[in-house]
Amino acid sequence: MDASPDPDPLAPLDAPPQRDAERRRPDPRASFRAGLRAGIPFGVASFVLSLSFGVLAREVGFSAVGAIVMSAIVFAGSAQFAAITILGGGGGIAAATAAAALMNSRFLPMGVALAPSLPGRWLRRAAQGQTVVDSSWAMASRGDGSFDRHFLFGTTVPQYICWIAGTSLGALGGSLIGDIDRLGLDAVYPAFFLSLLFVEMRDRLSRLAALGGGLIALALVPFAPAGIPVLAASLAALIGLRRRPLQGRS
Amino acid sequence: MSTELWVVVATCAVVTALIKGVGPVAFGGRELPRWSAGVIALTAPALLAALVVTSALADGRQLAVGAQTAGVALAAVVFARGGSVLAGVGVAVVATAGLRALGV
Repeated sequence: MDASPDPDPLAPLDAPPQRDAERRRPDPRASFRAGLRAGIPFGVASFVLSLSFGVLAREVGFSAVGAIVMSAIVFAGSAQFAAITILGGGGGIAAATAAAALMNSRFLPMGVALAPSLPGRWLRRAAQGQTVVDSSWAMASRGDGSFDRHFLFGTTVPQYICWIAGTSLGALGGSLIGDIDRLGLDAVYPAFFLSLLFVEMRDRLSRLAALGGGLIALALVPFAPAGIPVLAASLAALIGLRRRPLQGRS
Repeated sequence: MSTELWVVVATCAVVTALIKGVGPVAFGGRELPRWSAGVIALTAPALLAALVVTSALADGRQLAVGAQTAGVALAAVVFARGGSVLAGVGVAVVATAGLRALGV
């Protein structure tokens, strides 16, 4: 599995790397366009997920505008679901915000990993960090500890647009859609993450990190608040201390 | 919509922005130690595996196996055999919906 994530969703996962040279000496515009293409299938997944968010938000008392504004300015699916689930169960502002923060805690190690690849002063770097979502971060990784930031930006764009579009449709016309789970659409996101995982498992150490991360998360699910199992899973990456510096895909 | 809900929207937005921004602000603009490259490269498989298992094998704080688990497992077979992303996702969706229609 030495291939970089492929922007063509119809291409086999073990297809030859098409962008490696381009992404090592990237032309920013070409990288951004490649990211746009790679982000489209994840945009479709985002659309499905945000559709159910829009429906659920209305059920717990959000107006359609409120649900859409939340998707536009939070843009973090698991955190949004966590917050409205707490609210729907009678929880207050502090509990809903804390749940959202825990769900987002995985962005801490992601941001640290991405940081050296972001240029500019602190405010510019902070703004660029806002574009991170799980799939864009994973796809922009070059596998040697560095990230293609233009590719990341491009990948996020279709997901952001679809996230807001799906929320809008769910919030405004949710009653016409019916039960999304009955259609099996809740399998879309884990299947997409799985496709990224297959690409990332390129050598023995990365497969060990995946195994360790999965086991840590599963072991913590019954005991830890939502969000913590995924954050704790990042500890499995410490086996990378055994890897020689700058060894990555080439 | 109540004021409380608008406050939740605002606080979630601020908290998310802070969490996403703290890494790039604190660690950006300078080289991290050479040993960190290996660790950073492995955060993606570790976190992705955790996202997959917590979404396919857990329901809240319960470990749970159901139609969605079977659908995602079939997607894994497709990916392992070199199938495309859309083929794997399509198999997962169809299998999950089919099993639910059968009452699983």
